Amino acid sequence: MKKAYITNHHIISSLGFDSTSNFNNLLNNNSGIKKHQRENGKEFYSSLVDKEKVDTAFSKIGTIEKFTTLEKMMLLSVNQLLIDSKHKITDKTGLIISTTKGNIDVLSSKSPFNKDKKRAYLSELGKQIQTFFNFKKEAIVLSNACVSGVLAISVAKHLIQAELYDNVIIVSGDLVSEFIISGFESFQAISNKPCKPYSKNRTGITIGEAIASVLVSATITKNAKHVVEIIGNASCNDANHISGPSRTGEGLFLSVQNALKEAKIIAKDIDYISAHGTATNYNDEMEAIAFNRLNMEQIPLNSLKGFYGHTLGASGLLETIIGIESLHQNKLIANIGFDELGVSKSLHIIQKNTNKKLQIFLKTASGFGGSNTAVLLKKITK
Amino acid sequence: MNTKLYIENYCKIKNNTVTLNSNIIFEEDNAENLKSFLKSIYKHLDLKYSKFFKMDNLSKLAFLASEIILKESKINSEKENIAIVFSNNASSLETDRKHQKSIDKITDYFPSPAIFVYTLPNIGIGEISIRHQLKSENAFFVFERYNAEFHYTYENSLIQSQKANAVLSGWVNVDDDTNYEAFIYLVSQNGKIKHNQEQLNKLY
Repeated sequence: MKKAYITNHHIISSLGFDSTSNFNNLLNNNSGIKKHQRENGKEFYSSLVDKEKVDTAFSKIGTIEKFTTLEKMMLLSVNQLLIDSKHKITDKTGLIISTTKGNIDVLSSKSPFNKDKKRAYLSELGKQIQTFFNFKKEAIVLSNACVSGVLAISVAKHLIQAELYDNVIIVSGDLVSEFIISGFESFQAISNKPCKPYSKNRTGITIGEAIASVLVSATITKNAKHVVEIIGNASCNDANHISGPSRTGEGLFLSVQNALKEAKIIAKDIDYISAHGTATNYNDEMEAIAFNRLNMEQIPLNSLKGFYGHTLGASGLLETIIGIESLHQNKLIANIGFDELGVSKSLHIIQKNTNKKLQIFLKTASGFGGSNTAVLLKKITK
Repeated sequence: MNTKLYIENYCKIKNNTVTLNSNIIFEEDNAENLKSFLKSIYKHLDLKYSKFFKMDNLSKLAFLASEIILKESKINSEKENIAIVFSNNASSLETDRKHQKSIDKITDYFPSPAIFVYTLPNIGIGEISIRHQLKSENAFFVFERYNAEFHYTYENSLIQSQKANAVLSGWVNVDDDTNYEAFIYLVSQNGKIKHNQEQLNKLY
């Protein structure tokens, strides 16, 4: 069976337009979450990308008026990834786009693309990215709620092992829009302060936006930077509720268990867990139960939502990239916003940045529709 | 490992007609709209599952096609590990437009969590997982049209890599009342139709 590696990566977020500046901001405990104003004048906390900066950067590679904001950000990220990895697109290069809502903001009459009826379709977003770089095959758009970014890594691995592709570029992203904010607000899930994952005083989600891209490859080329091997992956549905997590953490428990089985490792082989930690009551509690059932309560764990908020379709991949950097720099990042443990089972929350020799980490995510997913990544030193 | 796989059963729902393995099992010429047609299928199947009525059209369509397939199949959904892989073109746009309408005007602002939850295309997979207690691999993809190459590759890979014993898979699309279509099938070790790209295209 072929192996699959993540060889290069790139981030666009409120904390920088490349992975290095993002990771350095985390090392300095800088959160990207700030107070912003909605269209209706209400204040809210979010981690937003500077759109003027996006246009300035994009004007060097394309016409800014031709593309939506999300497209410009995705194109910029893939463009940089191709430059960094020096990857030449062939008919064996696949493209996966991970997003929950894509260009949904064009449904609003305020959008300059509102008249273009095709633009709201995710396949059209796929076509824009595919055509810009001349990918040979149709983009695979993955839209599986909040687990999309992690699940995309599994899908890429499957497609490489099935020998459909030798390389897969994954670009993930969602924008903060009135569409999304109003929906989460209707669920009364949005925090009135920057979110505080796993904390006693947590009051819900902070929504954020980002783009994260990776190159997944069957081989490690000389332009590979910080490489990890995808050693195990699984996704299991809770089969319990469409908008709330299972009380027993069943789907997450099974996902991690199956990923461990494939990787042929056990809980104590894991050095770090990059968890989901949305800071809602139910999610964080569910994760605490699942990780205890897995005997993983002693493993250092964080949620990065306190830095970026929940970046939806990007979150899983964004957090995976940070995890890869943690592994290669042997640095654990603090779970920012944490005060006092607010879940019923014990967890080893990383409270301050720590130097530690790291080899393997677990990335998990859970989301609407009962979805859960887990990926195990192992550091490869060249 | 290389397990021989078949398309055990397939179901199509479009143009007010439901077919199972090429036999018409239900049709309704004078359906008022998609919602009422889906309700008629529900009644025809004699289902008793009140959660059905809370679902959006996309979830209902996926749910009904899956009911028909799983009832017909030899596989025991409670014992076997059946993955779910769906794709479509319109994602959840039919429901997205409803949510958008509820937030368009500040003076007429009524976003509802009961609608917003269905603004994700994979919610129907969640509904089917609950109904059949499938704690399995699942994913939702979007393409311009049904992509047999991708479906074949991913379905086969899920089974060959032992992530699943069978895959409930296919195309389930709802754009509006007249543009809807389901083509759902079960890939397993049972059956007569070989599981390959050509067959999937032919059946579709």
